[in-house]
Amino acid sequence: MIESDRMMEWHGRQGASTNLADILERVLDKGLIIAGDIKINLLDIELLTIKLRLLVASVDKAKAMGIDWWERDPALSQPRPRQLAAENARLRKQIRALQTATLGARR
Amino acid sequence: MSTASYTYAVARPFNPTQAAGIVGVDGAAIHLVRHQDLVAVVSPLAPAEADETALRARLETLSELEVIARAHHRVVAAVAACTPTLPFRLATVHRTDDRVAQLLRREYRRFRETLDRFAGRVEVGVKIYVQHAGASAGMSVAEKTDGSGSARAGRDYLRNRREQRDRRQHAWRRATTAAEQMDAVLAGLAVDRRQHRTQSAELSAAPGENVFNAAYLVDAGRAEELAARAQRLGAENPHVTIEITGPWPPYSFADSEEGT
Repeated sequence: MIESDRMMEWHGRQGASTNLADILERVLDKGLIIAGDIKINLLDIELLTIKLRLLVASVDKAKAMGIDWWERDPALSQPRPRQLAAENARLRKQIRALQTATLGARR
Repeated sequence: MSTASYTYAVARPFNPTQAAGIVGVDGAAIHLVRHQDLVAVVSPLAPAEADETALRARLETLSELEVIARAHHRVVAAVAACTPTLPFRLATVHRTDDRVAQLLRREYRRFRETLDRFAGRVEVGVKIYVQHAGASAGMSVAEKTDGSGSARAGRDYLRNRREQRDRRQHAWRRATTAAEQMDAVLAGLAVDRRQHRTQSAELSAAPGENVFNAAYLVDAGRAEELAARAQRLGAENPHVTIEITGPWPPYSFADSEEGT
């Protein structure tokens, strides 16, 4: 049984607050494709969809497939390069520490 | 040059006063194009916006895309609240309303069949997330021992990273198993289902990592039941978080060819 009040409340959530990822997933990737008169070049819209799809898709899965171009695309990945740089710096320090320790042990 | 016709959806006729005041893309009021017992929901698009280059440029800008996508969804959702509705993909544009009417004539049978299938039904979205608690634990140990100059620091660091990775994989597997079990139950309540790609946290600001993302086409009278069932199954499992969205217009089921 549906309580109409709760159903309305449920509907009410479909406002401006609805998660953009959920909306894009549906209006860009679902919905019936009709060849309209004004054609967005299909290849281009597909490329756009792929770009957005990668944002929407699990980053881990994309990485597993070897797709990681967004890490180098500054428009799509502000925080990542910095995280990588920080991790690189940390690893370099670790290597230096290990080298020092190994050399010290040999002497 | 006259305005073009941005087409949102095809629907069974409904009382136009129910859709009065609904504005679509670029704030344009919607109107209906009729053919027999079908209507197309349309709004005028200024000539300057209605060419391939202009439209594409807008859709490739995420902020513009968001505005257009939300306007598209607003119209589709408003119509779907009144009548069976078959949503079109974003940015379906015809030169004139006559061209839209031609589409209705040409695809009449297919549209009718799909709308019959959608009558009295809604789409419910279900997503399952896994939390990666302690994801930073390995880091903090590494930082503590960082620069201490011992080989032990490196070994500890690597062991911590490995344990962290194993925990992640274990949590992922556990959540995936939970998702499969839940999906089987929910599919039993629905008339159809579609599995979507999992979402990245970047766009969704989600509580954890999305491991399962699906849509169920369900009789409107059972939508609450399906949502409640999903919530309950989620609550029984301390390792996952459930997010229910909807009810949506049946976007995910509009293309009958699209498999799961």
